[in-house]
Amino acid sequence: MEQENIIQVNELTKKFGDFVAVKGISFEVKKGEIFGFLGANGAGKTTAMKMLIGISKPTSGMAIVAGLNVAQSANEVKKNIGYMSQKFSLYDDLTIKENIRFFGGIYGLKPKTIQEKTIDLIQRLELEKVADERVGQLPLGWKQKLAFSVALLHEPKIVFLDEPTGGVDPVTRRQFWEMIDEEAHNGTTIFVTTHYMDEAEYCNRVSIMVDGKIEALDTPKKLKEQFKVSSMNDVFLKLARNIE
Amino acid sequence: MQLLLYIIQKEFKQIFRNKGMLPLLTIMPIMQLLVLSNAASFDIKNIKIAIVDHDHSQMSRELQSKFEASPYFIVTSEMQTAKQADMAMQNGTIDVILEFPYQFEQNLIKDGLVHLPVRINAIDGATAGVENVYITEVIRSFSQNILTTVSHQSGNQSSLLSVETIPSFWYNKTLNYKTYMVPGILVLLVTMLTLFLSAMNIVREKEVGTLEQINVTPIKKSQFIIGKLFPFWVIGLVVLTIGLLIAKLVFNVPFVGNIGLVYLFTALYLLLVLGLGLFISNNAQTQQQAMFVAWFFMVIFILMSGLFTPIDSMPIWAQKLTLLNPIRYFVEMIRMVMLKGAGLKEIQLHLVVISAYAIVVNTLAVLSYRKIS
Repeated sequence: MEQENIIQVNELTKKFGDFVAVKGISFEVKKGEIFGFLGANGAGKTTAMKMLIGISKPTSGMAIVAGLNVAQSANEVKKNIGYMSQKFSLYDDLTIKENIRFFGGIYGLKPKTIQEKTIDLIQRLELEKVADERVGQLPLGWKQKLAFSVALLHEPKIVFLDEPTGGVDPVTRRQFWEMIDEEAHNGTTIFVTTHYMDEAEYCNRVSIMVDGKIEALDTPKKLKEQFKVSSMNDVFLKLARNIE
Repeated sequence: MQLLLYIIQKEFKQIFRNKGMLPLLTIMPIMQLLVLSNAASFDIKNIKIAIVDHDHSQMSRELQSKFEASPYFIVTSEMQTAKQADMAMQNGTIDVILEFPYQFEQNLIKDGLVHLPVRINAIDGATAGVENVYITEVIRSFSQNILTTVSHQSGNQSSLLSVETIPSFWYNKTLNYKTYMVPGILVLLVTMLTLFLSAMNIVREKEVGTLEQINVTPIKKSQFIIGKLFPFWVIGLVVLTIGLLIAKLVFNVPFVGNIGLVYLFTALYLLLVLGLGLFISNNAQTQQQAMFVAWFFMVIFILMSGLFTPIDSMPIWAQKLTLLNPIRYFVEMIRMVMLKGAGLKEIQLHLVVISAYAIVVNTLAVLSYRKIS
């Protein structure tokens, strides 16, 4: 089980005119792992991720996600993945319950299942008191936790998180990572981009993207050894400086 | 199918949760219909007419009293000479001069036919045309044997026109412009509201970022589009219903034809408008952009619809262009059905054109919606 690849990326490239955002990256993600996809702002993380979730067409190269070629069966892939973007992705003018109902609905869950999941989710996040409030009125941290849970409603094999903890306080960030950890234990693969280097320590393996290329890929422990530093932050700085 | 219901439900919730939306859908059409129908009237009242009587006969006085009795005219009779009257027109205090020539009565009896000179201030050509018709109508009701010689004066130039008009007003016997304008304005309202709402809708999700979230779901393009547009289709029909009620209850516009035909046509027509809105939405990046493009289409559609200016008086190339204007077909259809009682056979062509148009526009719209960039 450890060895099974759930994401396999081969020479994936994206060009916007003359600008090459992603320069032929290749890597694998194993089933059930927390895979950190790191990089500075503008390094091409989000672009690469969009190609994996089937909303951006690669210029060349291939991506296989959940055993399916994204280019050929994007819709099948989408059934198997969850996604939460750095932009808040629930409807602000709908209540918590309505958002759950809507997203459950469009993933084709049965009304009964939606009902059960709604109750369960609201309990788990302790949102009983605000369940009928509009999402727009919630604090950001709550929204992010809710968005993460909504992305998991249809029990995807992989969940893609694009800077999920941006702008959230340290305590909530901690809680958020506990949720991620729990989900990974349940067998869901987590693919997460972040630029908080302390968060990289929570990942099983991390890749570091610089200027559209993956410059390093290993467990946080091995990366620190390789670069002879004590924290992921230093790994990152060292890599970024070397490139310059 | 189940999936579609979730989207429709969500859209309706969002539409009615938007504070500005409910007044937009109810009060706006009512206000516009009430205000515009009364304001945008070609009905001309209080025409100031100077009557210069050189004849002083019984007949000339009788005809003068006809004008005095008409609600459309304010008669001034103290002018003694044509020159005085001309001065008054120059100053803008009168609109029309009617001159009874010397021996008017005598000639009418002797020859059975007489010419009556009428001068109309024609700086506003449309108004002058209507005034001409009114005057001719009053004179004709007095005697069939008087021909008017009308000269239109605009500015310093004056051209002499000899006109023999035989007006007869069909379908709108009292020449009530509200009867004519209300259905037309209703068409504009329905079009404007549905076009703007649909054009703004998907762009809004693009701006907020929720569209990306939708694109990551396995939802089909067609499901999403139908789910998005269906609520506006319903709203369009509701606005039509509100408007028709106002037309009937407030303006007493006659419904000669089958109202079902109006609904049939509108149902198809809305598909076209919503498709256009969607097309705009897909190609715009912000709500502002969408708004401007929608306005561009709206202004052209309104001005070239035949609602305010008759299509027949446009240059040929413009007349041909109006064939591309969906509002033109709607205005024609609603007037034909409501005022003339046209049946399915008469509006067949309108239905076919609009359906074909809807298919083309919606195909373009669906093709321009991309889940993948």
